[in-house]
Amino acid sequence: MSQDRGVIIAGAAETDAVGKLPNHSTLQLHIEAAVNAVADAGLAMRDIDGVATVNAPGPVQVAHALGITPRWMDGTGVGGTSFLLHVRHAAAAIRAGYATTVLITHGESGRSRVGASPFPRGGSSMPGQFEAPYGTTGPTSTFTIPVLRYMKEYGLTHEQLAYVAVAQRKWAAQNPRAMFRDLMTVEDVLASRMVAYPFHLLECCLVTDGGGALIVAAADRAADFPKPAVHVLGTGEAMETPMISQMVDFTESEAFRQAGLAAFAEAGITTADVRHLMIYDAFAHVPIYGVEALGFVAKGEAGAFIAEGNTEPGGRLPLNTNGGGLSYTHTGMYGMFAIQEGVRQVRGEASAQVPDADISVILGNGGMFATSGVLVLGRAGR
Amino acid sequence: MTKAIPQPTPETQPFWDGCARGELMLQRCLACGKPYFYPRPICPACGSTDIEWFTASGQATLYSYVINHRPAPGFEDQGPYAIAVVELAEGPRMMTNIVGVPNTPEDLVLDMALQVTFEQRGEISLPVFAPVGEQQ
Repeated sequence: MSQDRGVIIAGAAETDAVGKLPNHSTLQLHIEAAVNAVADAGLAMRDIDGVATVNAPGPVQVAHALGITPRWMDGTGVGGTSFLLHVRHAAAAIRAGYATTVLITHGESGRSRVGASPFPRGGSSMPGQFEAPYGTTGPTSTFTIPVLRYMKEYGLTHEQLAYVAVAQRKWAAQNPRAMFRDLMTVEDVLASRMVAYPFHLLECCLVTDGGGALIVAAADRAADFPKPAVHVLGTGEAMETPMISQMVDFTESEAFRQAGLAAFAEAGITTADVRHLMIYDAFAHVPIYGVEALGFVAKGEAGAFIAEGNTEPGGRLPLNTNGGGLSYTHTGMYGMFAIQEGVRQVRGEASAQVPDADISVILGNGGMFATSGVLVLGRAGR
Repeated sequence: MTKAIPQPTPETQPFWDGCARGELMLQRCLACGKPYFYPRPICPACGSTDIEWFTASGQATLYSYVINHRPAPGFEDQGPYAIAVVELAEGPRMMTNIVGVPNTPEDLVLDMALQVTFEQRGEISLPVFAPVGEQQ
């Protein structure tokens, strides 16, 4: 693919604050993030001719609130990875000529639930008939079910699972915006309240309010924007199952693997090229599944790899350098924040900046291992 | 609060009718022979719509689980409870609860042998599983 067909992230910003924001509605969070991202790209709102976000509130509500009428829209809503898919879809739309300047927004009053939609619960849906009657209570009691099988098959220990949260807290300690910044030990994690055995509270993500937005444009416009271009070198998307009980193999995510293969192939990279990695971490086991699905280590080795310090500050594979959903912030659909940190690292403006972060990979999860998106971001175009 | 009750739909009605008779019904593809779950009018393995219902053995093994400490509505009074996925002898897996045994890590051992039993939930009989020899 020639350089002039390349696509960049030209603007990226989060809401002014993340955490507890009881005075912000869901829509306000979208608007604040959009305004910040448009300013980051040196644009005016009227320059936006494509918009993508998740329902609710959805692209029509967001665009209307911003006073724009884009000629391209994407309402893909397949969980927390949706924003990675929006980047992929925006890249295709820009290459096709359907839009030139796409705004992708996320805003979620996940903690305060101001102006937020209720969680849908239909007793006649397939999950309503075949999962909810058994007392599921959302992600804490479903996303978590596979890990005991993984522990039996591959010998992952409770201490190794806890260490995922310990390692990410070391990154969060360097991020002034992180909700939890105090260093902790494996013993602290294992002593925290049991949520859904084998998961303790500190192995589960935060629930916060916040938002973020991105501007995607053609790479041949890179010089028009004030910030260093972040090239979208490769993208992938994949799906597996709407119900955790129907996941093919509880010890691996085929959706993670397929999305990663597509993104790495398009970018023409291998794991050896990756200097920075973000893996959606709703729970402590998800980075373990992600590191293995992307091929950084062999099956069954990720727990030990993380426990040996390879992914924490000073390690050879910096992972979840904002502190992740476990320590930084997690509004419910965390994928936007993983992209934001990838952009900051490639630009060289992260709080816990990694040296030479010229290639960053972001792995998103949607639902309970239901969907996945992967982005390969780079400082230089292809 | 009461526990969630499944609301059958046309394609799942034979499954719930089977539960009411004390039978665990699965579907099987007549083209490729593979049994599958959850109920739907197309074989997920080969795409054939030439399918039939049959009565499964009700035998299963424990594939994985969590023990939930934040109860769903209606589950408040029973203490932490396992939300499990079992692998049926015929191959498909399904979510369920485990009865007839304390829901503790020590008592719930992966791959232990289980047998279906049924729990009344409103008008619905809900399939749950008990260790072999412990059926209610």
